[in-house]
Amino acid sequence: MMTLPSVFRFPGGIHPADHKDPTAALPVVDLPMPGLLVVSMSQHLGSPAKPLVKTGDHVLRGQPIGERCGLISAAVHSPVCGTVRGVEPRKTASGAWVDAVLIEPDAEQNDSILLAPMPEWAHAAPETLCNRLADAGLCGMGGAGFPTSVKWTPPKDAHCDFIVVNGAECEPWLTSDARTMTERASDVRTGVEIMRRALGGPAVRIAVEDNKPEAIRALEAAFADIGGDVALVVLPVRYPGGSEKHQIYATTGRLVPPGALPIAVGCVVENVSTLVAVADAVVRGIPLTHRVVTVSGDGIAEPKNVRAPIGARYADLAAFCGGTKENVRKVLSGGPMMGFTVPDLEIAVTKTTSGILFFTDRQVFQYTASPCISCGRCVRACPMHLDPMSIARVTEADDIPAAEHLGVMNCIECGACSWSCPAWRDITQLCRRAKNSIRARIAAEKAAQAAARKN
Amino acid sequence: MSHGFYILSSSPHTHADASVRRLMLDVIIALLPATLCSVYFFGLPAVWLLATCIGTAVLAETLARLAMKRNSTVGDLSAVLTGLLLALNLPPALHPGLAAAGTAFAVLVAKQVFGGIGYNPFNPALAGRAFLLISFTGPMTTWTKSAWNVSAGACGPETTATPLAFIKKGAEGFDWSQAAFLRDLFFGNVNGCLGEVSAFALLVGAAYLLWRKTITWHIPVAFLGTMYVFALAHGGAPALVHVLSGGAVLGACFMATDYVTSPVSASGKLIFGAGCGLLAMLIRTAPGGSYPEGVSFAILIMNAFTPLIARFTRPRPFGAKK
Repeated sequence: MMTLPSVFRFPGGIHPADHKDPTAALPVVDLPMPGLLVVSMSQHLGSPAKPLVKTGDHVLRGQPIGERCGLISAAVHSPVCGTVRGVEPRKTASGAWVDAVLIEPDAEQNDSILLAPMPEWAHAAPETLCNRLADAGLCGMGGAGFPTSVKWTPPKDAHCDFIVVNGAECEPWLTSDARTMTERASDVRTGVEIMRRALGGPAVRIAVEDNKPEAIRALEAAFADIGGDVALVVLPVRYPGGSEKHQIYATTGRLVPPGALPIAVGCVVENVSTLVAVADAVVRGIPLTHRVVTVSGDGIAEPKNVRAPIGARYADLAAFCGGTKENVRKVLSGGPMMGFTVPDLEIAVTKTTSGILFFTDRQVFQYTASPCISCGRCVRACPMHLDPMSIARVTEADDIPAAEHLGVMNCIECGACSWSCPAWRDITQLCRRAKNSIRARIAAEKAAQAAARKN
Repeated sequence: MSHGFYILSSSPHTHADASVRRLMLDVIIALLPATLCSVYFFGLPAVWLLATCIGTAVLAETLARLAMKRNSTVGDLSAVLTGLLLALNLPPALHPGLAAAGTAFAVLVAKQVFGGIGYNPFNPALAGRAFLLISFTGPMTTWTKSAWNVSAGACGPETTATPLAFIKKGAEGFDWSQAAFLRDLFFGNVNGCLGEVSAFALLVGAAYLLWRKTITWHIPVAFLGTMYVFALAHGGAPALVHVLSGGAVLGACFMATDYVTSPVSASGKLIFGAGCGLLAMLIRTAPGGSYPEGVSFAILIMNAFTPLIARFTRPRPFGAKK
């Protein structure tokens, strides 16, 4: 494997304190079996899965409990052997109420229903591999949760030239991807080889930020004798280095046009933890039912990297990590730049829960925004090269068409503008507001057109 | 273990250690060398003017916010900075009453009438100076000998002309290469406004602002660079004399870089700075023009162009076609 210098520098970006020290060197530990799992049918982007079980059913580890519902959806499997105690709406980390299957684990965990291992994957047809990923319920584990089988099936007229492996983990505090790369580098490699097979043998670029020397060493060792055009690109730390478009640019020099998907420039990006799950699903026949979650923040007694089953409630992870401190004010699902706050610890781990952060009053800022002084810090910070201060100003005045004209739909909501604002203005939130208004307007226009066609 | 309800908020959940107050404080810190120089060169009158302007600015800001029933904004230090900047732009012999009137104009008319910090189209301190210069031209262009009493040539403190007034009059037969003159010009042993005389003190402050990343290099470099090139092309007084004289360094580093009234993008800043430098030199060298100095008017005029420059230098989204 080659190591390529990082020559393409994306615009903007910020350098928040990375706070990875509490967990960076801690090996992943398994969560003890929780008393109850709340397995959401919405583990991924797109439509929730349809529950396949009902109250009283007994399920085995690996048994499908939710089936794909529509194209952009993913199957859900039981992480444990146990009894279904209910199928009812539960609140997710993003605040939506979605059906969840409640499973009480058995005392004995001996049985499982796995998929057939595919030792001959190196000769398998791309469709066979993609079907396996769909059967194993794979979705991107970096945050967005896009169903992996869909992502690996490019449109007919598109060709994949580059696989970009996302090991940047640019969010502060989080170390789950870094630990996964360090401890399971050979599975990352297997995942990469499977992905290369599925996408017709494109070149591979592995992007890791330079604050993860241990992970870089592990990858270098695991990929040492891999054939073909595979290169490691060590990126200087700069948030949001893990953003899809920015990583594609940093590793290949290709620019994804506004509104387009990476495949438009011949690239498919996959997160490292997802690739480990791919290796599990294909080589070992294990569906995606567990993931590594970084539990950290000043409000937790013993920060850890925890391997938890999907459906484990945050309270179980907090208890395993020595409990929360009295002065916890905010609990985050994900990182501090793009994560969600959750109201309580009843929220359950999903396939996209990279971290749970407990912030105390020392880390939670109470602030009042003051008027914009046009200092331009947000403009310099914006990795999409937008003009956040103008977007925020026109959105505050409810001039949504002006915000659209300023390109707000390109905003990736990375939070760099709000982070850098000395007036503490909620610029990112104003961008979201403008985007939601525009999306609502477009949806309404489409509905009106459809209605007109019917008449 | 408490399982109460936690705070819900939108991302991001972390923030840079930055505040408007800190930015203003940085500019005030950066102006300290020039402020100390003004006291050193001009003595007690400088102290009176500084105290009057800063005091009036804070008082005017407080009263305006009270009258408008808005929250107090004195804590952001922008009023203190406006007062300080205006004082540094006044001749040492100006009556403190006039200084107070100019400051009140700056804070009330140029800033609070438009809605306070962030909303003023023109640099408040420069608007205050322009108000005084037009209304009280005599007192605003009367120069005194500074307390520093070593001769520096034709326009040093032994006379009561500023270097620019001297240039405007023709400066015939003057030996510009005189080392003592350039040295005095650089360190501030000349006549002029409180804060503009010592280019050295101002550059020390500007270096601090660059180091703190409070300002970027674009506006000062474009501003002074344009003046230098213009002066070279124009002939007459040496280009370096033009750049070091009058309000050029003070204006380029501390007034034109005012966030609210200057463009945000790098290219916009370059255009803005170059425009300031060009207009300042046009005013200085206009045949028959009545002002020896044009820096403050140049910046005010370019302030008016800021929205237009911003419009034409807006960044293109990452990935968008040219």
